[in-house]
Amino acid sequence: MSWLPGGTVYGTLLNLRSEFDALAPQMHEPPYAAPPRAPVLYIKTANTFSPAGTAIAVPSNVPEVEIGATVGLVIGAGGEVRGCVLMNDLSVPQAAFYRPPVRFKCRDGFLGVGAEVRETDPAEVQIEVRINGELRQTVRFDALLRPPAQLLADVAEFMTLAAGDVLMFGCAAPRPRARAGDRIELRSAALGTLAHTLVAETP
Amino acid sequence: MKHARVIHEGRVRHGLERDGQLLLDDGARVGFDAVTWLPPLEPVPRPRTILALGLNYADHARELAFKAPDEPLVFLKGQTTLAGHRQFTRRPPGVSFMHYECELTVVIGRTARRVRRDDAYDFIAGYTVANDYAIRDYLENWYRPNLRVKNRDGATPLGPFLVDRADVPDPMALALQTTVNGRLTQSGNTKDMIFDVPFLIEYFTGFMTLQPGDLILTGTPDGVADCRPGDVVVTEIERLGALVNTIA
Repeated sequence: MSWLPGGTVYGTLLNLRSEFDALAPQMHEPPYAAPPRAPVLYIKTANTFSPAGTAIAVPSNVPEVEIGATVGLVIGAGGEVRGCVLMNDLSVPQAAFYRPPVRFKCRDGFLGVGAEVRETDPAEVQIEVRINGELRQTVRFDALLRPPAQLLADVAEFMTLAAGDVLMFGCAAPRPRARAGDRIELRSAALGTLAHTLVAETP
Repeated sequence: MKHARVIHEGRVRHGLERDGQLLLDDGARVGFDAVTWLPPLEPVPRPRTILALGLNYADHARELAFKAPDEPLVFLKGQTTLAGHRQFTRRPPGVSFMHYECELTVVIGRTARRVRRDDAYDFIAGYTVANDYAIRDYLENWYRPNLRVKNRDGATPLGPFLVDRADVPDPMALALQTTVNGRLTQSGNTKDMIFDVPFLIEYFTGFMTLQPGDLILTGTPDGVADCRPGDVVVTEIERLGALVNTIA
């Protein structure tokens, strides 16, 4: 059976340079007023977990979804990093980051979860995103604003990651978009392949 | 019935309140002082979804200088933020404003997807009290209220009991209050919620499936106040009980 997270899954906003740069012009404007100081986290709830190979339903009122190719650090029994897993952190397209993104990111099935956790150096991971076979994005994790050790330390300053919890590194901008009927494939030499098919939600 | 989850003589036990004592599942009757209280929740097979409302009482929204929202302001919590009755919550050194929030908490009882508000109560197992502490010094305008404010270890006491739905005929008319060192600082009633419990269940299950054991913390009325180390904070809701926490 596919691996699924046993704990809380946390995502990180603004940890890839491309995403940070895209928002930088707005950061000193209302409602943000200033760039973030602490890591900006959000939670992907259990109803979002989609094992590899499954179909993900796209809500009827959402024409397109954003693909979120990323890597999750899986926390082990003693609080240490057990390994990495490929994740597809789907989102309803969203341009505002003032309020928590529950309605955008916590829809049923909106987190594609890699089938296995592997020990690898996250800085070596590269993910290719293909939609219906066409290469749409290549994401690398060797130049994070907060590299893994620093992200873990800055999160630990205010909360403990428990055994089974997962901390995702963040996504690159702009995110490719896909719609019902599309096949999404994330490929990584280090972490394997994670594929899902988007289907229209049944009423 | 009022259900508790406690540690007694080194073992985790389910308990029922009986005449001011706990009747444990091994048959023992013990005093409330004889156990360590855990959040009154059975383990779940998947990570628990914990939804929490901000600004869900008009007076509290005014107090914090916001206009009442036209849709629920919701944020999420991880499981490590929960703590039991009579536990301690840490105030970080150097902060200026850490406040309690007394909140009616709904515990989901059945898989809930696209529930209509008229059916919402059928999906509730029961109710408990949460104290959803916030440390306002750490507020930032990115996914606000951000996790550094609201998702700290042990900073969401829950309990003492899970009270069965059948024992709470009208959850939308419960007095709630908070005392700090015995002094009344917060007083309100769940009838003043902007988005009531049936609305919230319809709203959330319209886009996400909730499972038994998932939680909805429904927000707090006005009257929040700073808490200092050593302060004993009691958040209490009619019919549900008094949740005691001490600031460490």
